[in-house]
Amino acid sequence: MDFSWMAWTLPTAAFFITIFLMLVGMGVWEYFSPGGNPRVGILRFETTRGDRLFVSLLGSAFIHLAWLGLIGPNLWWALALAVVYAIGVFRFV
Amino acid sequence: MEKTWNNKAWFMVLPVLVLVAFSAVIPLMTVVNYSVQDTFGGNQFFWAGAEWFEEMLHSDRFWAAMGRNLIFSAIILSIQIPLGIFIALNMPRKGWGVPVCLVLMALPLLIPWNVVGTIWQVFGRIDIGLLGYTLHALGFDYNYVNDPFDAWVTVIVMDVWHWTSLVVLLCYAGLVSIPDAFYQAAKIDGASRWAVFRYIQLPKMQRVLLIAVLLRFMDSFMIYTEPFVVTGGGPGNSTTFLSIDLVKMAVGQFDLGPAAAMSIIYFLIVLLLSWVFYTVMTNYDVEK
Repeated sequence: MDFSWMAWTLPTAAFFITIFLMLVGMGVWEYFSPGGNPRVGILRFETTRGDRLFVSLLGSAFIHLAWLGLIGPNLWWALALAVVYAIGVFRFV
Repeated sequence: MEKTWNNKAWFMVLPVLVLVAFSAVIPLMTVVNYSVQDTFGGNQFFWAGAEWFEEMLHSDRFWAAMGRNLIFSAIILSIQIPLGIFIALNMPRKGWGVPVCLVLMALPLLIPWNVVGTIWQVFGRIDIGLLGYTLHALGFDYNYVNDPFDAWVTVIVMDVWHWTSLVVLLCYAGLVSIPDAFYQAAKIDGASRWAVFRYIQLPKMQRVLLIAVLLRFMDSFMIYTEPFVVTGGGPGNSTTFLSIDLVKMAVGQFDLGPAAAMSIIYFLIVLLLSWVFYTVMTNYDVEK
């Protein structure tokens, strides 16, 4: 099959593979520790680890956009900030 | 009775997964791929990195369309929600009037969006349209083709005409689910009409109202067909909402890279707002 119309590039493929691996990782985590680990964090409503991954990914996207809009095109610091943010979400939300 | 755990049920989900993959995941992946490249057609692409995103985030055109979209959604919600509640409160609860009202309310929802646009496009014309001709005959300087204010009024009135009945039907469903005992107790206590609304009807409608707000916000934020048919985004860019601008960019100008970047930013905003509404709705249930 010819997928050239999808215009794949190495960075975008790496991006989607990372997302896919995260989902697989969440599946494995759920297998060994079922129930989603629900808890009430600083947002004061119950979240499961799936919710926390979603909040992390969505927040990371906005961190990158904000960095791009306010600071500049070098996104490595934005990526570092997004990782810190995601750790914070998994720890406190 | 003990639950039976059977993972074979996952196979039942497979058709949906395939459908979602073809209708959403693969197109979304393609849009992401396009957003970091430039193309002049012929399946030839050139790496552009985050350039299109940067261009979009610094684009006055994008933020102007976003602003118009937010103002439009705010106006739509501030009209349709109170009006929908008001109509639902005044609809009959029993007798022959119920089916008549329900059918009348459902009618605008059954009309395809492009037909709604065409109806209002003709309706508002000052030469042959009933609304435009009448307003003109009465001395109003109404012309949605030339005047941005008139274009906005026409698009808003059209959306109110088309979608208020959805809010009405949702609120009505909430109202008819209130047991008579609540009203009898209120009557015994001598509660005023306002008190009945404030302490019985409104709390009972809260859940359906949240759904109505969510649906109307998302739909008005993503509006395309009706304003496109009526005004084409004009006069000038006065009714060019995000989706109209997106189509102009992607199809009209063939700027697929910037259009893809704009789509992703648009998608992320919609996703964020959906999550906020979903969280509010689900946590409201938990608190209850």
